[in-house]
Amino acid sequence: MKKIKSSEITPEDIYLSRRDFLKSLGIVSASAAVLAACGPAATSATSQVSAAEAEPIDSVTPAAMADTDELGDPLNSFEDITNYNNYYEFTTDKQRVAKLSEGYKTSPWEVQVGGLVNNPKTFSLDDLRNFETEERIYRMRCVEAWSMVIPWKGFPLSKLLAEVEPKSEAKYVRFETIYDPEGMPGFKKNPWYQWPYIEGLSVDEAMHDLTLMATGLYGKDLLPQNGAPVRLVVPWKYGFKSIKSIVKIDLVTEQPTSLWMAAAPNEYGFYANVNPNVNHPRWSQASERRIGELGRRGSIMFNGYEDEVAHLYDGMDLSVNY
Amino acid sequence: MKRKKSKWTPLQIIAHIGAWIPLVVGLWDLWQGNLGPDIIREATLRTGKTALILLLLSLACTPINFLFKFRPALKLRRPLGLYSFMYASIHFAIFIGVDYFFDFGLIQDALLEKRYAIVGFTTGLILLSMAITSTIGWQRRLKKNWKRLHRLAYVAGILAVVHYIWLVKQGVSEPWIYAGIVVVLLSLRIKPIKNWVASLFRSRSSQTA
Repeated sequence: MKKIKSSEITPEDIYLSRRDFLKSLGIVSASAAVLAACGPAATSATSQVSAAEAEPIDSVTPAAMADTDELGDPLNSFEDITNYNNYYEFTTDKQRVAKLSEGYKTSPWEVQVGGLVNNPKTFSLDDLRNFETEERIYRMRCVEAWSMVIPWKGFPLSKLLAEVEPKSEAKYVRFETIYDPEGMPGFKKNPWYQWPYIEGLSVDEAMHDLTLMATGLYGKDLLPQNGAPVRLVVPWKYGFKSIKSIVKIDLVTEQPTSLWMAAAPNEYGFYANVNPNVNHPRWSQASERRIGELGRRGSIMFNGYEDEVAHLYDGMDLSVNY
Repeated sequence: MKRKKSKWTPLQIIAHIGAWIPLVVGLWDLWQGNLGPDIIREATLRTGKTALILLLLSLACTPINFLFKFRPALKLRRPLGLYSFMYASIHFAIFIGVDYFFDFGLIQDALLEKRYAIVGFTTGLILLSMAITSTIGWQRRLKKNWKRLHRLAYVAGILAVVHYIWLVKQGVSEPWIYAGIVVVLLSLRIKPIKNWVASLFRSRSSQTA
C-alpha cells in the first residue's frame, strides 16, 4: 500500500554507520592506492587508516533507544527533523531554517523563571544540564497537517517548576522565545507578527509528566533550527505550542495570549490540542501527512495521548476551546 | 513532400521551451532527492506556483501588446494558458493520487468543506473549459460566446491567488505579491486606467523622440 523511501525510515544509527562504513572504505581504498603507487610510503598510509579507526564512533551514533514510537511507527531521520522546521524568527521557508540558523550562538544562555513563584531563578545552561535527562519518543503534529516521530532528550517541565515553587494563585505558565532581530533575519522580514514569540499552558498542563523541556534529539544537543538550547515539547498539542529557544518563563494568573492567537484568534486558540474532529477554519485536521510517507494517515485524538491527558479537559467543549 | 515554412517566431520557441523547464527541473530534483523532507508538499507547491505564474504571463500578453505595441505577445496567450492548465492538472493529480492517495472519504471532506479546495477546484474547471475550447474549431463554433468564455481567465487569475492565500498562515507574504500582479494585470483592462497608462507611455516615448 504505502511506499516509503528506505532512506526515510532508516534509523539514524544505521544510516550513519553506513556513512562511516563508506567513508572508511574511501579512506582504505585511497590508502591502497597510495600503497600501490609508492611502496616506501606504506607507513604513512597505515597511519592514515588507524587514524580513521581511532575516530570515536560514539560521537556520531545517536542514542535513540528504539526505532519506533509506542504505536510502532518509525522514527523520522535526523536529516528530516533538522531540515524541515517552522521557525519564523529565521524564515517562513521550512527548508531554509537549517541553513539560516547555522552557527547561531545559543551559548551562553539564560532562562529567567519568575512571576508568581516563591523562588525565582535564572537558569544557566549548566543549571539546565544538571537536570537528569531522559529520552522521549513523541509524535509531533503540526497544525499544517504534517507530522514526524522524534526522539527527544530532555526533562519534565514539572521538575524545573518544582525548583521555583509556583504560588497557588498561579494559573498559567507563559513562555517567551529569544527576541534577537540582529541575529535572526525573520524579525525584519516578518514585522507584522507581535514578536517575541509567546506561548502558554495551564499550570495543570505544564505539570503533566508528558510536558518536556527538550535539550536534545537523537541523543545530541539541539541544533538552532530545532530550538536550541532549550525548548518546550507538548506532544498532544499542535506543534506551534512547543515554543523554541526559551529565554523566559513566568507563572501568571491570566491566560497568556500567544503570538498565533494574536495573529488570527479565530484560527489558533489557547489550547490547540490535536483534534481530528475540530477543523482549522481553512483546512481539515482529520488527516495528516507523516513526513516520509506517501498518502495520509488519520489524525488521532490528542495525537495519541488521549489516555494520559483527556482528563485535563473534562467537561470542556473542545470545539469552543480549540 | 513539400515542407511548410515554419511559422514559429523565436519568442514562441522561447515560451515553449521555458514552459517545460519547471517540469524537467522538478523531475530532476525528484530523481536527485532534492525536494526536501516533505516531497509531496514541495511537488504540490511547485506545480501550483508554476501554473499560477504561467496563467499570469498569459494574462500579461494583452497589456504588453497595447502598451508596447508588441504584437507577437498575443500569440503566446494560448500556449501559456495551455501550459498553465498542464501544470494545474499535475498539481491536482498529485493532490488526489499521491497526497490523498485516492482516499475519497478524505478527499470529499477536503473538497466539499474547505474553501481553499473549492476555489482551487473551480480554477481548475475554468482552465479545463478554456483548454478544451482553445482550438480554432471551437473558436468558430462558439462565435461571440468564445470570447465571453475565455474572459473567465480573469476569474481564474483571481481564484488562483485566493486559493494560494487561503493556504498559508497569516503573515506569509509571497501570495500577496501574486495578488498585486493580478490586480495590476486586471486593472489594465479597465478602460479609463488602460487609457491613462497608455497615455503615460505615449508621452514618454514622444519625449524621447
